[in-house]
Amino acid sequence: MMKKELTCIVCPIGCQLTIAEKAAGAYDVTGHTCKRGPQYAINEMTNPTRVIPTTVVIKNAMLPRLPVKTAEPIPKGQIFDAMAIINQVVVEAPIKTGDVVVKDLLGLGIDVVATRTMDKN
Amino acid sequence: MIYDVVILGGGPAGLAAAVEAKNAGAENVLILERDRELGGILNQCIHNGFGLHTFNEELTGPEYAERYIDQVIALNIPYLLNTMVLDLHDNGALKSIHMINEENGYLIIEARAVILTMGCRERTSGAIGIPGYRPSGVFTAGTAQRFINMEGYLPGKKVVILGSGDIGLIMARRMTLEGAHVQAVCELMPYSNGLVRNIVQCLDDYNIPLKLSHTITFIHGKDRLEGVTIAKVDEKLKVIPKTEEFIPCDTLLLSVGLIPENEITRNAGIVIDNRTNGAIVGELRQTSMPGVFACGNVVHVHDLVDFVSEEAVLAGKGAVNYINGDLASEVTFTTSNGDGIGYVVPQQVAIKNVADKVTFYMRVRQVFQDQVVNAYIGDQLIATKKEPKLLPAEMINFNITKDVLAQYPAGEIRFVVEEAR
Repeated sequence: MMKKELTCIVCPIGCQLTIAEKAAGAYDVTGHTCKRGPQYAINEMTNPTRVIPTTVVIKNAMLPRLPVKTAEPIPKGQIFDAMAIINQVVVEAPIKTGDVVVKDLLGLGIDVVATRTMDKN
Repeated sequence: MIYDVVILGGGPAGLAAAVEAKNAGAENVLILERDRELGGILNQCIHNGFGLHTFNEELTGPEYAERYIDQVIALNIPYLLNTMVLDLHDNGALKSIHMINEENGYLIIEARAVILTMGCRERTSGAIGIPGYRPSGVFTAGTAQRFINMEGYLPGKKVVILGSGDIGLIMARRMTLEGAHVQAVCELMPYSNGLVRNIVQCLDDYNIPLKLSHTITFIHGKDRLEGVTIAKVDEKLKVIPKTEEFIPCDTLLLSVGLIPENEITRNAGIVIDNRTNGAIVGELRQTSMPGVFACGNVVHVHDLVDFVSEEAVLAGKGAVNYINGDLASEVTFTTSNGDGIGYVVPQQVAIKNVADKVTFYMRVRQVFQDQVVNAYIGDQLIATKKEPKLLPAEMINFNITKDVLAQYPAGEIRFVVEEAR
């Protein structure tokens, strides 16, 4: 039986989780203090994902960079592919929080969205 | 015009305090901010993880700030940007605030109550005295964060980070994402000063080594940084000879602690706690100067903004109670940090001002496993807080109900780390 120790990163509490694979695809999780813990642990074993917060170039705004994030967590293995695409993006002010700056990133069905409002300068 | 409540700082503490003061009935509230926009440090904290307690969702720093800025605008709370407060004076019933900005020059305004929300600043290389040269390429982690996330400059390509505070960990990931090579994070202590989740998602995810019990013993390079010498330290934090190792790098980020920014507070003669480096405060964050309140990182350094907002609500309520003449001034309890505890906030409690409970914030001095925090009045155990693990990096919130406190006429509430009974 495979057993793994994990630190849950869903929230800042950081529970110490233990996950064991009882049978193929059947997991036993202990150590969590909320229901999001087991889901996190199973994802970490099968398909670990992360939200990517970064910036894109913005023109005609108070600042030269606009903060953005992936609207949903993306697979860990595709983080640098995602960065390569996001780093090409140039947007124009005004932008509102939640505006889509990249649609359907890497065909994942996940958008990259603005995380702040920036008015035209 | 005389303001009801003037707030010194438009970061997360100031915004939440302003919203609460206005909602609680203060008519004329004014926020003074020295930066070019509201939001404070949150504007450069573009990572996610904010707001899980306050909004029940995971936001980035700018999104969290915007939630409060939107409320400030909706409530028509005025604010002055690019405005530096120089001095605060107590004139009895009114406080006068001296400040300066380009548009108005030198200004003096008066307020019935003042809330101090100036936040904190980073310790610098000067503060920790690393031997060696002073080349370019040495930054505090927060400065590098502002350069990358707001100004669009990458400070360097080959990076070493000293200190494992949260900003250092976040910047290790940020610089990696932007194509820099982060070679190591060195931490003097045998444990990290950052949140565990940040070690997982910022270091482990990118195979960045965390070197505990390591420090930097020399900075090399006369014009631009060329490298650092790192070495292991023993349990007394003394460098162990012959463990030195040279790491070539062009950038050194320092994440070696935050200092509450209390020049105005000190000049005003407000009593400071030398454990927190912030004002001594009561349950509604009243300071030793009647009518002056303080909340957020200017009182003690928080690890989560959610608790800053929570504390700001107390200060906002306190300020409104004060101007309405509803703030009791008799202190019922004082608090103290016993074995294992570094500090406790608030330092005083006036039970008459307590609605249903008091949340005591504290930090442990070292890592504890299978221990609890106990609260005593005299030798009477009044409450226990259980945590699976007690870490210096993670602030403890210890709630004690008014019902429990009201059983005691007065005294000192002492918090200690002990074996679970």
